[in-house]
Amino acid sequence: MPLLQVEDLNAFYDDFQALFGIGLHLGEGECIAVIGANGAGKSTLLRSLVGLHRERSIKRLNFADMEIGTLAASKIAAMGMTLVPEGRRLFSSLTVEENLTIGRSAGRIGYWNLSRIYELFPALPELARRQVARLSGGQQQMVAMGRALMTNPKLLLCDEISLGLAPVIVKAIYDNFRRVRGQGTALVVVEQDISQALSVADRIYCLRKGAVVLAGRSADFTRDRIASAYFGMEEA
Amino acid sequence: MRSVADIIVQGILLGGLYALFATGLSLVFGVMRLVNLAHGDFIVVAAFAAFCVVSALPVHPFVAILAVVPFMAGLGYLLQIGLFNRLLGNNPLRSLLVTFGVSVILQNMLLMIFSADTRRLSAGSIETQSVDVGAVAIGVYPVVVFAIALAVTMTLQWVFYSTSLGQRLRATSDDPEIVGLVGINHLRVFAIASAIGFAVIGVAGVLMAVRGNFDPFLGPSRLLVAFEAVIIGGLGNFWGTLVGGIVIGLAQSFGAGIDPSYQTIAGHIVFFLVLLLWPDGLFPKVAHQ
Repeated sequence: MPLLQVEDLNAFYDDFQALFGIGLHLGEGECIAVIGANGAGKSTLLRSLVGLHRERSIKRLNFADMEIGTLAASKIAAMGMTLVPEGRRLFSSLTVEENLTIGRSAGRIGYWNLSRIYELFPALPELARRQVARLSGGQQQMVAMGRALMTNPKLLLCDEISLGLAPVIVKAIYDNFRRVRGQGTALVVVEQDISQALSVADRIYCLRKGAVVLAGRSADFTRDRIASAYFGMEEA
Repeated sequence: MRSVADIIVQGILLGGLYALFATGLSLVFGVMRLVNLAHGDFIVVAAFAAFCVVSALPVHPFVAILAVVPFMAGLGYLLQIGLFNRLLGNNPLRSLLVTFGVSVILQNMLLMIFSADTRRLSAGSIETQSVDVGAVAIGVYPVVVFAIALAVTMTLQWVFYSTSLGQRLRATSDDPEIVGLVGINHLRVFAIASAIGFAVIGVAGVLMAVRGNFDPFLGPSRLLVAFEAVIIGGLGNFWGTLVGGIVIGLAQSFGAGIDPSYQTIAGHIVFFLVLLLWPDGLFPKVAHQ
Protein backbone atom coordinates (compact mmCIF):
# COMPACT_ATOMS: atom_id res chain seq x y z
CA MET A 1 0.00 0.00 0.00
CA PRO A 2 1.58 3.32 -1.04
CA LEU A 3 1.86 6.19 1.45
CA LEU A 4 -0.22 8.47 -0.73
CA GLN A 5 -2.66 7.43 -3.40
CA VAL A 6 -4.71 9.87 -5.45
CA GLU A 7 -7.32 8.90 -8.01
CA ASP A 8 -9.34 11.19 -10.25
CA LEU A 9 -8.75 14.52 -8.51
CA ASN A 10 -10.59 17.46 -10.03
CA ALA A 11 -10.27 20.98 -8.62
CA PHE A 12 -12.26 24.11 -9.35
CA TYR A 13 -12.32 27.86 -8.80
CA ASP A 14 -16.01 28.66 -9.22
CA ASP A 15 -16.73 27.90 -12.90
CA PHE A 16 -13.09 27.40 -13.81
CA GLN A 17 -11.69 23.88 -13.60
CA ALA A 18 -8.02 23.88 -12.60
CA LEU A 19 -7.27 20.14 -12.33
CA PHE A 20 -8.60 17.29 -14.47
CA GLY A 21 -8.61 13.70 -13.27
CA ILE A 22 -5.21 13.74 -11.60
CA GLY A 23 -3.89 10.39 -10.42
CA LEU A 24 -0.64 9.90 -8.57
CA HIS A 25 0.96 7.72 -5.97
CA LEU A 26 3.96 7.89 -3.69
CA GLY A 27 5.71 5.27 -1.58
CA GLU A 28 7.15 5.58 1.92
CA GLY A 29 10.28 7.73 1.84
CA GLU A 30 10.01 8.37 -1.88
CA CYS A 31 10.61 11.76 -3.52
CA ILE A 32 8.61 12.88 -6.52
CA ALA A 33 8.73 16.15 -8.39
CA VAL A 34 5.74 17.85 -9.95
CA ILE A 35 6.84 20.11 -12.77
CA GLY A 36 4.97 22.34 -15.12
CA ALA A 37 4.69 25.90 -16.38
CA ASN A 38 3.01 28.76 -14.58
CA GLY A 39 -0.70 28.10 -14.24
CA ALA A 40 -0.40 24.36 -14.91
CA GLY A 41 -2.12 23.63 -11.59
CA LYS A 42 0.87 22.58 -9.47
CA SER A 43 0.03 24.72 -6.44
CA THR A 44 -3.66 23.82 -6.65
CA LEU A 45 -2.66 20.15 -6.66
CA LEU A 46 -0.59 20.50 -3.47
CA ARG A 47 -3.23 22.65 -1.77
CA SER A 48 -5.90 20.08 -2.67
CA LEU A 49 -3.84 17.25 -1.21
CA VAL A 50 -3.33 18.90 2.21
CA GLY A 51 -6.95 20.04 2.47
CA LEU A 52 -6.44 23.78 1.96
CA HIS A 53 -8.23 23.88 -1.37
CA ARG A 54 -11.72 22.49 -0.73
CA GLU A 55 -13.40 23.10 -4.08
CA ARG A 56 -12.58 19.70 -5.49
CA SER A 57 -13.89 16.23 -6.18
CA ILE A 58 -11.78 13.14 -5.56
CA LYS A 59 -12.53 9.53 -6.21
CA ARG A 60 -9.84 8.51 -3.78
CA LEU A 61 -7.39 10.38 -1.56
CA ASN A 62 -5.62 7.89 0.63
CA PHE A 63 -2.83 8.77 3.02
CA ALA A 64 -1.19 6.30 5.39
CA ASP A 65 -4.08 3.84 4.91
CA MET A 66 -6.73 6.44 5.71
CA GLU A 67 -9.21 8.15 3.43
CA ILE A 68 -8.54 11.89 4.01
CA GLY A 69 -10.66 13.44 1.27
CA THR A 70 -13.06 15.05 3.74
CA LEU A 71 -10.60 16.03 6.48
CA ALA A 72 -9.54 19.58 7.35
CA ALA A 73 -5.92 20.64 6.86
CA SER A 74 -5.33 20.62 10.63
CA LYS A 75 -6.34 16.94 10.86
CA ILE A 76 -4.21 16.01 7.87
CA ALA A 77 -1.20 17.81 9.39
CA ALA A 78 -1.74 15.89 12.61
CA MET A 79 -1.68 12.66 10.57
CA GLY A 80 1.68 13.59 9.09
CA MET A 81 1.23 15.41 5.79
CA THR A 82 2.03 19.10 5.55
CA LEU A 83 3.05 21.74 3.03
CA VAL A 84 5.71 24.42 2.74
CA PRO A 85 3.40 26.89 0.99
CA GLU A 86 4.19 29.04 -2.01
CA GLY A 87 5.35 32.47 -0.89
CA ARG A 88 6.40 31.03 2.52
CA ARG A 89 3.40 32.49 4.37
CA LEU A 90 5.18 32.90 7.72
CA PHE A 91 3.27 34.24 10.71
CA SER A 92 4.26 37.90 10.67
CA SER A 93 3.54 38.73 14.31
CA LEU A 94 5.58 35.77 15.57
CA THR A 95 9.34 35.68 16.02
CA VAL A 96 11.52 33.22 14.11
CA GLU A 97 11.56 30.82 17.03
CA GLU A 98 7.80 31.10 17.57
CA ASN A 99 7.27 30.37 13.86
CA LEU A 100 9.24 27.16 14.37
CA THR A 101 7.83 25.99 17.70
CA ILE A 102 4.25 26.46 16.51
CA GLY A 103 4.91 23.35 14.42
CA ARG A 104 4.56 21.40 17.67
CA SER A 105 0.82 22.13 17.56
CA ALA A 106 0.42 19.16 15.23
CA GLY A 107 1.20 16.98 18.25
CA ARG A 108 3.71 14.81 16.40
CA ILE A 109 6.90 14.01 18.26
CA GLY A 110 9.78 12.59 16.30
CA TYR A 111 13.26 13.23 15.01
CA TRP A 112 12.78 16.94 14.32
CA ASN A 113 12.87 19.33 17.25
CA LEU A 114 14.10 22.89 17.70
CA SER A 115 17.76 22.02 18.20
CA ARG A 116 17.82 19.72 15.16
CA ILE A 117 16.22 22.46 13.03
CA TYR A 118 18.85 24.92 14.26
CA GLU A 119 21.52 22.37 13.39
CA LEU A 120 20.02 21.93 9.90
CA PHE A 121 19.89 25.73 9.37
CA PRO A 122 22.85 27.14 11.35
CA ALA A 123 21.91 30.69 10.29
CA LEU A 124 18.68 30.62 12.31
CA PRO A 125 19.69 30.47 16.00
CA GLU A 126 21.06 34.00 16.07
CA LEU A 127 17.83 35.25 14.43
CA ALA A 128 15.59 33.45 16.92
CA ARG A 129 14.10 36.58 18.52
CA ARG A 130 13.75 38.51 15.28
CA GLN A 131 10.44 39.30 13.57
CA VAL A 132 10.24 37.27 10.37
CA ALA A 133 9.48 40.33 8.21
CA ARG A 134 13.05 41.50 8.80
CA LEU A 135 14.61 38.33 7.37
CA SER A 136 15.97 37.84 3.86
CA GLY A 137 14.02 35.66 1.44
CA GLY A 138 16.40 32.74 1.94
CA GLN A 139 16.21 32.98 5.71
CA GLN A 140 12.42 33.11 5.51
CA GLN A 141 12.42 29.99 3.35
CA MET A 142 14.52 28.20 5.98
CA VAL A 143 11.99 29.17 8.65
CA ALA A 144 9.12 27.97 6.45
CA MET A 145 10.81 24.60 5.94
CA GLY A 146 11.74 24.40 9.62
CA ARG A 147 8.15 25.12 10.64
CA ALA A 148 6.90 22.28 8.45
CA LEU A 149 9.59 19.87 9.67
CA MET A 150 8.67 20.66 13.30
CA THR A 151 5.39 18.82 12.64
CA ASN A 152 7.51 15.69 11.97
CA PRO A 153 5.71 14.85 8.72
CA LYS A 154 5.73 11.47 7.03
CA LEU A 155 5.18 13.36 3.80
CA LEU A 156 6.35 16.91 3.16
CA LEU A 157 5.08 18.91 0.18
CA CYS A 158 7.23 21.82 -1.00
CA ASP A 159 5.76 24.46 -3.29
CA GLU A 160 8.37 26.33 -5.35
CA ILE A 161 10.77 26.80 -2.50
CA SER A 162 13.51 28.03 -4.85
CA LEU A 163 11.40 30.84 -6.30
CA GLY A 164 13.15 34.22 -6.10
CA LEU A 165 16.17 32.92 -4.17
CA ALA A 166 19.85 33.16 -5.06
CA PRO A 167 21.26 29.94 -6.63
CA VAL A 168 23.69 29.37 -3.75
CA ILE A 169 20.79 29.43 -1.25
CA VAL A 170 18.68 27.15 -3.45
CA LYS A 171 21.55 24.67 -3.49
CA ALA A 172 21.88 24.83 0.29
CA ILE A 173 18.16 24.15 0.74
CA TYR A 174 18.15 21.27 -1.74
CA ASP A 175 21.21 19.77 -0.03
CA ASN A 176 19.14 19.62 3.13
CA PHE A 177 16.54 17.46 1.39
CA ARG A 178 18.96 14.56 1.64
CA ARG A 179 19.01 14.84 5.40
CA VAL A 180 15.21 15.14 5.49
CA ARG A 181 14.83 12.03 3.33
CA GLY A 182 17.39 10.28 5.49
CA GLN A 183 14.82 10.37 8.29
CA GLY A 184 12.37 8.45 6.13
CA THR A 185 10.29 11.51 5.16
CA ALA A 186 8.71 11.31 1.73
CA LEU A 187 8.75 14.45 -0.41
CA VAL A 188 6.69 16.02 -3.13
CA VAL A 189 8.57 18.90 -4.70
CA VAL A 190 6.93 21.38 -7.03
CA GLU A 191 9.39 23.15 -9.29
CA GLN A 192 9.48 25.22 -12.44
CA ASP A 193 13.20 24.48 -12.75
CA ILE A 194 13.39 21.07 -14.45
CA SER A 195 17.05 20.32 -13.70
CA GLN A 196 16.54 21.11 -10.04
CA ALA A 197 13.57 18.74 -9.98
CA LEU A 198 15.43 15.94 -11.76
CA SER A 199 18.36 16.19 -9.35
CA VAL A 200 16.31 15.33 -6.27
CA ALA A 201 13.34 13.30 -7.45
CA ASP A 202 13.02 9.56 -7.98
CA ARG A 203 10.05 10.10 -10.29
CA ILE A 204 8.44 13.08 -11.95
CA TYR A 205 4.94 14.10 -12.90
CA CYS A 206 4.61 16.80 -15.52
CA LEU A 207 1.43 18.88 -15.43
CA ARG A 208 0.03 20.91 -18.28
CA LYS A 209 -3.28 22.74 -18.20
CA GLY A 210 -4.34 20.86 -15.11
CA ALA A 211 -3.65 17.32 -16.33
CA VAL A 212 -0.74 14.90 -16.00
CA VAL A 213 0.92 14.75 -19.43
CA LEU A 214 4.04 12.79 -18.50
CA ALA A 215 4.90 10.57 -15.56
CA GLY A 216 7.69 8.20 -14.79
CA ARG A 217 11.18 7.69 -13.41
CA SER A 218 13.42 10.72 -13.70
CA ALA A 219 16.22 8.70 -15.22
CA ASP A 220 14.02 7.45 -18.07
CA PHE A 221 13.47 10.85 -19.65
CA THR A 222 15.73 13.09 -21.62
CA ARG A 223 15.59 16.80 -20.92
CA ASP A 224 14.11 17.40 -24.37
CA ARG A 225 11.31 14.90 -23.80
CA ILE A 226 10.39 16.66 -20.54
CA ALA A 227 10.69 20.11 -22.05
CA SER A 228 8.32 19.22 -24.88
CA ALA A 229 5.75 17.82 -22.43
CA TYR A 230 6.21 20.88 -20.24
CA PHE A 231 5.49 23.28 -23.09
CA GLY A 232 3.01 21.06 -24.92
CA MET A 233 5.02 20.41 -28.10
CA GLU A 234 5.13 16.62 -28.10
CA GLU A 235 2.73 16.31 -31.07
CA ALA A 236 4.44 19.01 -33.07
CA MET B 1 -16.98 74.23 39.98
CA ARG B 2 -14.76 71.12 40.16
CA SER B 3 -11.01 71.48 40.04
CA VAL B 4 -9.08 70.43 36.94
CA ALA B 5 -7.24 67.78 38.97
CA ASP B 6 -10.57 66.33 40.05
CA ILE B 7 -11.82 66.25 36.46
CA ILE B 8 -8.66 64.49 35.26
CA VAL B 9 -8.75 61.85 38.01
CA GLN B 10 -12.44 61.09 37.49
CA GLY B 11 -11.92 60.94 33.73
CA ILE B 12 -9.05 58.47 33.94
CA LEU B 13 -10.96 56.24 36.35
CA LEU B 14 -14.08 56.30 34.16
CA GLY B 15 -11.81 55.33 31.26
CA GLY B 16 -11.04 52.07 33.04
CA LEU B 17 -14.67 50.96 32.73
CA TYR B 18 -14.79 52.08 29.09
CA ALA B 19 -11.63 50.11 28.39
CA LEU B 20 -13.32 47.00 29.82
CA PHE B 21 -16.28 47.61 27.50
CA ALA B 22 -13.86 47.78 24.58
CA THR B 23 -11.34 45.02 25.30
CA GLY B 24 -13.59 42.12 24.25
CA LEU B 25 -14.42 43.92 21.00
CA SER B 26 -10.74 44.62 20.36
CA LEU B 27 -9.80 40.99 20.97
CA VAL B 28 -12.51 39.50 18.77
CA PHE B 29 -11.75 41.93 15.97
CA GLY B 30 -7.99 41.50 16.37
CA VAL B 31 -8.03 37.71 16.12
CA MET B 32 -10.80 37.02 13.61
CA ARG B 33 -11.65 40.37 11.97
CA LEU B 34 -15.23 39.93 13.13
CA VAL B 35 -17.21 43.05 14.00
CA ASN B 36 -19.83 42.15 16.57
CA LEU B 37 -22.60 44.77 16.57
CA ALA B 38 -24.28 42.95 19.47
CA HIS B 39 -21.22 43.50 21.68
CA GLY B 40 -22.93 46.16 23.81
CA ASP B 41 -26.02 44.00 24.21
CA PHE B 42 -23.89 41.14 25.52
CA ILE B 43 -22.51 43.55 28.15
CA VAL B 44 -26.14 44.16 29.18
CA VAL B 45 -26.81 40.40 29.13
CA ALA B 46 -23.91 40.00 31.56
CA ALA B 47 -25.39 42.73 33.77
CA PHE B 48 -28.76 40.95 33.86
CA ALA B 49 -27.02 37.64 34.50
CA ALA B 50 -25.41 39.22 37.56
CA PHE B 51 -28.81 40.62 38.52
CA CYS B 52 -30.23 37.07 38.45
CA VAL B 53 -27.38 35.76 40.59
CA VAL B 54 -27.70 38.41 43.32
CA SER B 55 -31.51 38.08 43.25
CA ALA B 56 -31.33 34.32 43.76
CA LEU B 57 -28.42 34.13 46.18
CA PRO B 58 -27.45 36.42 49.05
CA VAL B 59 -24.08 37.28 47.55
CA HIS B 60 -22.18 40.47 46.82
CA PRO B 61 -22.11 41.53 43.12
CA PHE B 62 -18.34 41.01 43.09
CA VAL B 63 -18.93 37.34 43.96
CA ALA B 64 -21.45 37.17 41.11
CA ILE B 65 -18.55 37.86 38.74
CA LEU B 66 -17.33 34.32 39.51
CA ALA B 67 -20.56 32.92 38.08
CA VAL B 68 -21.13 35.42 35.27
CA VAL B 69 -17.64 35.15 33.73
CA PRO B 70 -17.76 31.37 33.06
CA PHE B 71 -21.35 31.71 31.87
CA MET B 72 -20.39 34.41 29.37
CA ALA B 73 -17.24 32.56 28.28
CA GLY B 74 -19.30 29.45 27.57
CA LEU B 75 -21.88 31.52 25.71
CA GLY B 76 -19.11 33.11 23.61
CA TYR B 77 -17.60 29.72 22.80
CA LEU B 78 -20.92 28.21 21.72
CA LEU B 79 -22.00 31.28 19.73
CA GLN B 80 -18.69 31.25 17.86
CA ILE B 81 -18.99 27.54 16.99
CA GLY B 82 -22.69 27.69 16.18
CA LEU B 83 -23.04 31.09 14.52
CA PHE B 84 -20.12 33.49 14.16
CA ASN B 85 -17.78 30.96 12.51
CA ARG B 86 -20.30 30.70 9.69
CA LEU B 87 -20.09 34.44 9.00
CA LEU B 88 -16.38 34.62 8.32
CA GLY B 89 -15.14 35.28 4.83
CA ASN B 90 -14.49 38.08 2.44
CA ASN B 91 -17.86 39.74 2.84
CA PRO B 92 -17.97 41.85 6.04
CA LEU B 93 -21.64 42.64 5.45
CA ARG B 94 -22.67 39.15 6.57
CA SER B 95 -21.29 39.54 10.09
CA LEU B 96 -22.63 43.09 10.35
CA LEU B 97 -26.16 42.07 9.35
CA VAL B 98 -26.30 38.94 11.49
CA THR B 99 -24.83 40.52 14.63
CA PHE B 100 -27.18 43.47 14.18
CA GLY B 101 -30.01 40.93 14.14
CA VAL B 102 -28.60 39.29 17.27
CA SER B 103 -28.57 42.73 18.91
CA VAL B 104 -32.28 43.25 18.19
CA ILE B 105 -33.15 39.75 19.42
CA LEU B 106 -31.19 40.19 22.65
CA GLN B 107 -32.81 43.53 23.45
CA ASN B 108 -36.29 42.12 22.97
CA MET B 109 -35.54 38.93 24.87
CA LEU B 110 -34.29 40.97 27.82
CA LEU B 111 -37.38 43.16 27.58
CA MET B 112 -39.68 40.12 27.66
CA ILE B 113 -37.92 38.50 30.59
CA PHE B 114 -36.99 41.51 32.73
CA SER B 115 -39.39 44.28 31.53
CA ALA B 116 -38.20 47.80 30.71
CA ASP B 117 -37.52 48.72 34.35
CA THR B 118 -34.13 50.20 35.06
CA ARG B 119 -32.05 48.14 37.47
CA ARG B 120 -28.94 48.60 39.49
CA LEU B 121 -26.88 46.26 41.61
CA SER B 122 -25.97 47.42 45.08
CA ALA B 123 -22.42 46.76 46.18
CA GLY B 124 -22.91 48.31 49.61
CA SER B 125 -20.73 50.97 51.18
CA ILE B 126 -17.88 50.62 48.66
CA GLU B 127 -19.98 52.60 46.19
CA THR B 128 -19.85 55.77 48.27
CA GLN B 129 -16.51 55.44 50.02
CA SER B 130 -13.80 57.84 48.95
CA VAL B 131 -10.28 58.78 49.86
CA ASP B 132 -9.18 62.40 50.00
CA VAL B 133 -5.94 63.04 48.20
CA GLY B 134 -5.21 66.75 48.52
CA ALA B 135 -8.23 68.58 47.18
CA VAL B 136 -9.45 65.58 45.18
CA ALA B 137 -11.85 62.99 46.56
CA ILE B 138 -11.14 59.68 44.84
CA GLY B 139 -13.96 57.14 44.91
CA VAL B 140 -12.94 53.67 46.01
CA TYR B 141 -15.22 51.88 43.55
CA PRO B 142 -13.89 53.66 40.43
CA VAL B 143 -10.35 52.87 41.62
CA VAL B 144 -11.27 49.18 41.99
CA VAL B 145 -12.79 49.18 38.49
CA PHE B 146 -9.70 50.84 37.06
CA ALA B 147 -7.44 48.33 38.80
CA ILE B 148 -9.48 45.48 37.33
CA ALA B 149 -9.22 47.02 33.85
CA LEU B 150 -5.46 47.26 34.30
CA ALA B 151 -5.27 43.66 35.51
CA VAL B 152 -7.39 42.41 32.59
CA THR B 153 -5.20 44.27 30.10
CA MET B 154 -2.00 42.92 31.64
CA THR B 155 -3.38 39.39 31.76
CA LEU B 156 -4.43 39.46 28.11
CA GLN B 157 -1.09 40.93 27.10
CA TRP B 158 0.64 38.11 28.98
CA VAL B 159 -1.59 35.42 27.48
CA PHE B 160 -1.05 36.73 23.96
CA TYR B 161 2.70 37.26 24.12
CA SER B 162 4.01 34.74 26.68
CA THR B 163 1.95 31.56 26.35
CA SER B 164 1.58 28.90 23.68
CA LEU B 165 -2.15 29.69 23.51
CA GLY B 166 -1.22 33.29 22.68
CA GLN B 167 1.19 32.04 20.04
CA ARG B 168 -1.65 30.09 18.42
CA LEU B 169 -4.01 33.08 18.70
CA ARG B 170 -1.53 35.44 17.03
CA ALA B 171 -0.62 32.94 14.31
CA THR B 172 -4.31 32.36 13.55
CA SER B 173 -4.86 36.10 13.41
CA ASP B 174 -1.96 36.43 10.96
CA ASP B 175 -3.07 33.65 8.64
CA PRO B 176 -6.09 31.49 9.54
CA GLU B 177 -5.55 29.27 6.49
CA ILE B 178 -1.89 28.39 7.01
CA VAL B 179 -2.24 27.45 10.71
CA GLY B 180 -4.01 24.34 9.43
CA LEU B 181 -0.64 23.15 8.08
CA VAL B 182 0.78 22.97 11.61
CA GLY B 183 -2.27 21.14 12.93
CA ILE B 184 -4.22 24.10 14.30
CA ASN B 185 -7.97 24.22 13.68
CA HIS B 186 -8.59 27.94 13.17
CA LEU B 187 -12.30 27.65 13.97
CA ARG B 188 -11.47 26.20 17.38
CA VAL B 189 -8.96 29.00 18.03
CA PHE B 190 -11.66 31.50 17.09
CA ALA B 191 -14.00 29.87 19.61
CA ILE B 192 -11.36 30.17 22.33
CA ALA B 193 -10.75 33.83 21.41
CA SER B 194 -14.49 34.45 21.56
CA ALA B 195 -14.69 32.77 24.98
CA ILE B 196 -11.93 35.04 26.31
CA GLY B 197 -13.60 38.11 24.80
CA PHE B 198 -16.94 37.17 26.36
CA ALA B 199 -15.27 36.55 29.73
CA VAL B 200 -14.09 40.17 29.66
CA ILE B 201 -17.63 41.21 28.65
CA GLY B 202 -18.82 39.39 31.79
CA VAL B 203 -16.48 41.40 34.02
CA ALA B 204 -17.46 44.65 32.28
CA GLY B 205 -21.19 43.92 32.56
CA VAL B 206 -21.13 43.30 36.31
CA LEU B 207 -18.99 46.35 37.04
CA MET B 208 -21.27 48.49 34.88
CA ALA B 209 -24.34 47.18 36.72
CA VAL B 210 -22.94 48.38 40.03
CA ARG B 211 -21.76 51.73 38.72
CA GLY B 212 -25.07 52.90 37.27
CA ASN B 213 -28.55 52.09 36.05
CA PHE B 214 -29.10 49.66 33.22
CA ASP B 215 -32.06 48.49 31.17
CA PRO B 216 -32.51 46.17 28.14
CA PHE B 217 -31.81 48.98 25.67
CA LEU B 218 -28.48 50.23 27.00
CA GLY B 219 -26.42 48.00 24.66
CA PRO B 220 -25.99 50.22 21.58
CA SER B 221 -24.62 53.14 23.61
CA ARG B 222 -22.10 50.79 25.28
CA LEU B 223 -21.15 49.51 21.82
CA LEU B 224 -20.53 53.07 20.65
CA VAL B 225 -18.18 53.80 23.55
CA ALA B 226 -16.42 50.48 23.01
CA PHE B 227 -15.94 51.17 19.29
CA GLU B 228 -14.57 54.63 19.96
CA ALA B 229 -12.07 53.34 22.53
CA VAL B 230 -10.92 50.53 20.23
CA ILE B 231 -10.47 52.81 17.24
CA ILE B 232 -8.69 55.55 19.22
CA GLY B 233 -6.28 52.98 20.61
CA GLY B 234 -5.61 51.26 17.30
CA LEU B 235 -7.31 47.99 16.34
CA GLY B 236 -6.17 44.81 18.04
CA ASN B 237 -3.86 46.44 20.63
CA PHE B 238 -4.80 45.89 24.30
CA TRP B 239 -2.75 48.70 25.83
CA GLY B 240 -4.00 50.98 23.06
CA THR B 241 -7.57 50.01 23.94
CA LEU B 242 -6.95 50.94 27.59
CA VAL B 243 -5.57 54.31 26.51
CA GLY B 244 -8.52 54.72 24.15
CA GLY B 245 -10.91 54.14 27.03
CA ILE B 246 -9.06 56.71 29.14
CA VAL B 247 -9.16 59.27 26.31
CA ILE B 248 -12.95 58.90 26.07
CA GLY B 249 -13.28 59.01 29.86
CA LEU B 250 -11.20 62.20 30.07
CA ALA B 251 -13.12 63.85 27.25
CA GLN B 252 -16.45 63.07 28.92
CA SER B 253 -15.15 64.24 32.27
CA PHE B 254 -14.04 67.59 30.84
CA GLY B 255 -17.30 67.93 28.94
CA ALA B 256 -19.28 67.30 32.11
CA GLY B 257 -17.06 69.79 33.94
CA ILE B 258 -18.17 72.54 31.56
CA ASP B 259 -21.82 71.50 31.58
CA PRO B 260 -23.26 68.11 32.61
CA SER B 261 -25.20 67.90 29.34
CA TYR B 262 -21.93 68.02 27.36
CA GLN B 263 -20.57 64.76 28.82
CA THR B 264 -21.53 62.34 26.05
CA ILE B 265 -21.02 64.69 23.11
CA ALA B 266 -17.54 65.64 24.35
CA GLY B 267 -16.46 61.99 24.05
CA HIS B 268 -17.80 61.79 20.49
CA ILE B 269 -16.09 65.05 19.49
CA VAL B 270 -12.70 63.88 20.75
CA PHE B 271 -13.22 60.56 18.95
CA PHE B 272 -13.98 62.47 15.76
CA LEU B 273 -10.87 64.62 16.17
CA VAL B 274 -8.62 61.59 16.74
CA LEU B 275 -10.09 59.89 13.68
CA LEU B 276 -9.43 63.04 11.65
CA LEU B 277 -5.81 63.43 12.79
CA TRP B 278 -4.74 59.77 13.21
CA PRO B 279 -7.07 57.58 11.13
CA ASP B 280 -5.25 54.40 12.25
CA GLY B 281 -5.62 55.27 15.93
CA LEU B 282 -2.93 56.40 18.37
CA PHE B 283 -1.15 53.02 18.44
CA PRO B 284 -1.58 51.29 15.09
CA LYS B 285 -0.61 47.64 15.16
CA VAL B 286 3.08 47.61 14.32
CA ALA B 287 3.63 43.89 13.77
CA HIS B 288 2.40 43.86 10.17
CA GLN B 289 5.02 45.53 8.01
